[in-house]
Amino acid sequence: MEQKLKLQVRHLNKIFEDTKGGEVVALRDVSLEVRESEFVMIVGPSGCGKTTLINVIGGLETASSGEVLLEGRPVEGPGADRGMVFQGYSLFPWLTVQKNVEFGLKMKKVSAAQRAKKAKEYIDLVGLTGFENALPRQLSGGMKQRVAIARTLANEPEVLLMDEPFGALDAQTRVVMQELLAKISRTTGTTILFITHDIDEAVLLGQRIYVMSRRPGTVREVVEVEIPGERDHNSLVLPEFLATKKRIMDMLWQESNDAAMDR
Amino acid sequence: MNKEKRKTFGVSEKLLSLICFLLIIMFWCVGSYGGMVKDIFLPSPSAVIEKIVSMARDGSLWANCWESTYRVLIGWIWSVIIALPMGMLMANSRKVSAFVQPIIEFARYLPVVALVPLTLLYLGIGESQKYTIIFLGTFFQLVLMVCDTVSGVDSNMINAARTLGASRMQVYREVIFPAALPGLMDDFRLTIGWAWTYLVVAEMVAADNGLGYMILRSQRYLATDTIFAGLILIGLIGLVTDWIFRILSRLVAPWQERLTDK
Repeated sequence: MEQKLKLQVRHLNKIFEDTKGGEVVALRDVSLEVRESEFVMIVGPSGCGKTTLINVIGGLETASSGEVLLEGRPVEGPGADRGMVFQGYSLFPWLTVQKNVEFGLKMKKVSAAQRAKKAKEYIDLVGLTGFENALPRQLSGGMKQRVAIARTLANEPEVLLMDEPFGALDAQTRVVMQELLAKISRTTGTTILFITHDIDEAVLLGQRIYVMSRRPGTVREVVEVEIPGERDHNSLVLPEFLATKKRIMDMLWQESNDAAMDR
Repeated sequence: MNKEKRKTFGVSEKLLSLICFLLIIMFWCVGSYGGMVKDIFLPSPSAVIEKIVSMARDGSLWANCWESTYRVLIGWIWSVIIALPMGMLMANSRKVSAFVQPIIEFARYLPVVALVPLTLLYLGIGESQKYTIIFLGTFFQLVLMVCDTVSGVDSNMINAARTLGASRMQVYREVIFPAALPGLMDDFRLTIGWAWTYLVVAEMVAADNGLGYMILRSQRYLATDTIFAGLILIGLIGLVTDWIFRILSRLVAPWQERLTDK
C-alpha cells in the first residue's frame, strides 16, 4: 500500500551572492519526497548545502527557484507544521524543561492545563520524567536534545525536520539518542526528515536515504534501506546494514575523489 | 573543596577592594595632616566629614541628594523608555537601522555641554531643561547599546521559536526580550552611571539645589571641603545604584545568575 505524500521538494535551486558579487550555487535542482510516517535521511559531505536545504524546507531561508509542498500546498516562511530540531539545541535558558516543551502550545494559545498535560506526555516520551523543573543549563547535551525533541513534538508538526541533531554528542550518547528517535518514529508515526554527514546514522535510522553530492549540492542517488527488525544498536552489525553502508561510503568516496581531482 | 577555595578567594577579593580605598584615604591623610598640600587644594578628611555632618544636620544633604537623584532618574528613565523599543527595532530591521543609525552616530559625538545653550533657548531654565541634558547625555549611547545587545541574541533561538509557530510579536516578547534582559540590565547600569556624570552639566545653569550645583557654587568660594563632600556623595550614590542594579539583575534573570555561580 502506497502511503500518502507528506512533503515534496521540487526542482529547488539556491544561489548565494558572494562578497565580490559572484554567484555561489548552493543547491542545484534538488527534488525529494517524504511519505507519511516515513523516516527519510539526507546524507552528504560538509558544505553540500544540506543545512540550506532543510532551512528552505523549514521556511527560515528562501529558495532562488523551485518549491516546497507540504501535503500539496506550497509553504512560505516558518510555521508550526514543520517542526525543527537543531544541532545546537537552542533551548530557552530562562525556561524550565516543562516550560520549554510548552512553548509552541503557548504560542498557539492553548490553555495552561492542556499545555501541562501535553508537555508531560512528551517529557515522558523522551524519558525526562522528574526533570520537569530543571533549567537547561543543568542538563547534559543528550538531555538538552531530548528536551528540544519533546518541545518540537509537543507541537504535533506534520513533519519533523532535524539538522544534524546529534552531531555535538559523544559516540555513546549518540547511539542512545538514535535508538530513542527510532522508537519515537515507530510509536508515534511522526514523519521525519533528518540531515547528517554520518553514514552510520543515516543507515541506522533511514528507511530511505538521499545521498547528496558536493557543492553545488544536488541529489546524487536515492538508497532504499532494507534492514530486518527494529532499528537499534544491534542493527549496526547486520550484513544488510554493512552492505548499505558500504554502498554509500563508495558514493561519498567517489565524491571526495572527484573533488580532489578538480583542484 | 573547590567551592571552599572559591569562597576564600571571594573574601580576599573584597579585602583587596577595601585595601584600595584605605590606601587612598591614607595618602589623603598623609598629604593633608602632614601639611604637604595646602588646605585650599586638599581639605583634611576631618574637615570633609564635618562638612557632610553639618549638611546632614541642616537638611541640605538630603535635599541636594534627592534633587539630583530625581533629575538623574527622570532624564535616564525617559532615555530608557525611548531607547529600548528603538534599539530593539534597529536590531531587527535593516530599514529602521538604515534610517536612524547615521543620525544617532552623529548625535552621539556631540558634546552635551555644547548643547546647553540650545536647551536653554528651547526649554528655558526649568527642570525640563535639566532632564533634557541628562537624556541627551545617555540616550544616543543607550540606543546603540540596546541595539548591540539585542543583535547578540542567539539567532538559533529565534529560528527555533519561529518554527514553533511564534509570530513576530511573540518572538519579540517571548524570546528576544527575555534573552537580552541580562545584557540590557548591564546597559542600564552603565548608562545610569553616565547620567550622573552629566549631572554637573545639567545643574550648571539656573539651578538652586542639587549636588552638581553645590559643587559649582563651592568653586566660587574656594570651599574645597564642600566640593570633596559633593564628589564623595555622588560616588557613594553611584556605588549604591550599582549595587541595586546587581540585585535587580539577579531578580529579573535568576537563570543567568546561577549560570555564573557554577
